[in-house]
Amino acid sequence: MLALGAVSLITDVSSEMVTAVLPLYLVTGLGLSPLGFGLLDGIYNGFSALVRLIGGHLADRGGGRHKWVAGFGYALSAACKPLLLLAHTLTPIGLILAADRTGKGLRTAPRDALISLSSTPETRGRAFGVHRAMDTAGALFGPLVAFLILRATVDGYDAVFTVSFCVAVVGVLVLVLFVPNSVNGARTKPDPDGARTKSGPDDARTKSAPDGTRTKSAPDGARSPATGTAPQAISGDTAPRPTLRAALALLARPDLRRVTLCALLLGLATVSDSFVYLLLQRRLGVPDRWFALLPLGTAAAFLLLAVPLGRLADRVGRWRVFLAGHGALLLAYALLLTSWHGTALPYAVLLLHGCFYAATDGVLMAVASESVPEELRSSGLALVQTGQALARFVCSLGFGAAWTAWGDRTALTASTVALALCALFALTLRRPAPSAPSEGLA
Amino acid sequence: MTLRTRILVLISALVVLAGVATASVLHASARADRKNQTQPGGPRITAGTVALATGSGSHMIFRNMAWGPHRDELTTVPASNPSGPRTASKVKCLRFYAAAGTGVCLQSVHGPVQDTYRAVILDTRLRETARYDVPGIPSRARVSPSGRYAAWTAFVGGDSYAGTNFSTRAALVDTRTGQLTPSLEAFRVVKDGRTYHAADVNFWGVTFAADDRTFYATLATKGTTYLVRGDLRARTLTTLHSNVECPSLSPDGTRVAYKKRVPGLSKDAPWHLYVLDLRTMRETPLAEPRSVDDQVVWRDDRTIVYALPGDYGADLYTVPSDGTGKPRRISTAAVSPAYVN
Repeated sequence: MLALGAVSLITDVSSEMVTAVLPLYLVTGLGLSPLGFGLLDGIYNGFSALVRLIGGHLADRGGGRHKWVAGFGYALSAACKPLLLLAHTLTPIGLILAADRTGKGLRTAPRDALISLSSTPETRGRAFGVHRAMDTAGALFGPLVAFLILRATVDGYDAVFTVSFCVAVVGVLVLVLFVPNSVNGARTKPDPDGARTKSGPDDARTKSAPDGTRTKSAPDGARSPATGTAPQAISGDTAPRPTLRAALALLARPDLRRVTLCALLLGLATVSDSFVYLLLQRRLGVPDRWFALLPLGTAAAFLLLAVPLGRLADRVGRWRVFLAGHGALLLAYALLLTSWHGTALPYAVLLLHGCFYAATDGVLMAVASESVPEELRSSGLALVQTGQALARFVCSLGFGAAWTAWGDRTALTASTVALALCALFALTLRRPAPSAPSEGLA
Repeated sequence: MTLRTRILVLISALVVLAGVATASVLHASARADRKNQTQPGGPRITAGTVALATGSGSHMIFRNMAWGPHRDELTTVPASNPSGPRTASKVKCLRFYAAAGTGVCLQSVHGPVQDTYRAVILDTRLRETARYDVPGIPSRARVSPSGRYAAWTAFVGGDSYAGTNFSTRAALVDTRTGQLTPSLEAFRVVKDGRTYHAADVNFWGVTFAADDRTFYATLATKGTTYLVRGDLRARTLTTLHSNVECPSLSPDGTRVAYKKRVPGLSKDAPWHLYVLDLRTMRETPLAEPRSVDDQVVWRDDRTIVYALPGDYGADLYTVPSDGTGKPRRISTAAVSPAYVN
């Protein structure tokens, strides 16, 4: 688990190094005009969603190749860094960035599957929390390293890319050497999912003991054969084979369908980060100088809260924490809409925004993990992630249009109402669930 | 593999990678040292006094890009001998422009975490009179012919993962009152006679007329660029012509020189220089066959000056404004010129 967190941390240092200096490199290093570069972005968002599904599917095939598909994703991104040294025009740079993001798309679902498979259900929220905290730490650290290098050199972009590559290679190595292969990892657990589904919602609460002593005590030998009786996580379906059809058939499972539907609906009302920062700047007149620091505020709150909220989710119920996270986002929107202009406002908004991520990002994966059998873990998680990502993309298109047509305030009011409605809907949707035999979440 | 072997493999890889990383940083910082050495055969540069009004004939002031101790400083040469010896000022700018005793200098400020940028207003003796935050990497700078207004453009980058959404922000300041318009987005856009709204509006490349009320700029929306005429009093922007970037108004105020996106050229260098007659709206291609990415400067009503990539960043070229003649290099390792008297 920690090894996987370390891989993410290292990889994020590497990729955020490049992200941080890229605009500067394009404009001052290469003398290119980066306008219109964003045009590809929209198209690529759709492609990236597809890549995620493919990554998830490939990882599930052949009895769980999560580690190797994730490894390929990490390696692909790593290989892109030295290529940046060779590209001097927009088209190849655009292609390299696309390849880099393909790597990211491929690895996300298998990586989350690995996290879920190598943690017990009782500690899954915490496991994802630890992972997300390490991931964010890397993202905060990367730009710092990049600018230290630029400071030590003149036009040292080549040095930034080279160092970024070296860091990325270390990430891949740590993955290959220290992350247990999913096949072993997946089957070593004594079928905890199956046991849990029967014990019902109280189980989560009785397992509030920290540090998951369960994980340690799990006898290594007690495993199901590869043919898998383990995956009876969800009621009594026949064990699904990891085919593409089976991946899509996951949506026929009422549990996963519900999770995906909720993630989708809530995603539709989740205004993209850059709009939140723009609104914050407009409402408060945040000086341009500080504008670039706003995302750091969110990241810092995310970093600090990911583990505590993950543990909380294990204790009081993941779905509850997931919805509460959207409550925090709702509160952030409300604060942006009030006429209160206190100095504490940006801090409060950013804290709530980070809180939202800490309570939803990893927690959603933990929730979804319980509704997906092990054979299809990557595909299932990819499905939820993709649904959410597409919904958010649609939301940012819609929000942009609403902003244009009616102004920022009305657009935000509309999103706030939409988010409140979606959250209410999600609440009612889960309400009758505990009676269902497959329910073991909250 | 045992744990011991794996750790050994990791450590040996770490040693190799750390070596490569260190070497690359050292190599890049050695380049820094090289850049501080004067290049043999480069222009002769001496420290001295640089002023925006010399009283000793026309001068060209620009950012000196030649390697050596005066790299990136504002330097001056007589307008009649642009490749002659340079006098350096100690004031460092990324972009610069000046008119009628007012200068605008876009600088980077090295912070502990990252670079920030600012626009500094300079008086006749290059002393700072005001400074403003610039939200991204500076790209264009202009001062109105009267010296009262200054404008600059910056690229504002995205901050998402591998963020590739860039936008531009054009700011205006009244140097007399200090009143800043941080973005032209605050102005009302009139397109085809009607008020135009869109979230994707970007502005860049402001150029001022002599009346201290009219200015021109580029507006981009939905994949098309437009020449807009701005009104500082009414705070409006009216579209005039499409496919115009980085306009530069002639001293007599009748024509605009600009870069036009020409089909068939590479995506990275798609522009050719044109001059637009504002009365007849007729376009004249200039005799420069290469793609130019610069907001040009009018040396006089007949001559255009602009920068093209060169061995030390950029060189300055000149070409007649009526489409005749041939481009001619007037200075190496120089960018952001302004003519002062």
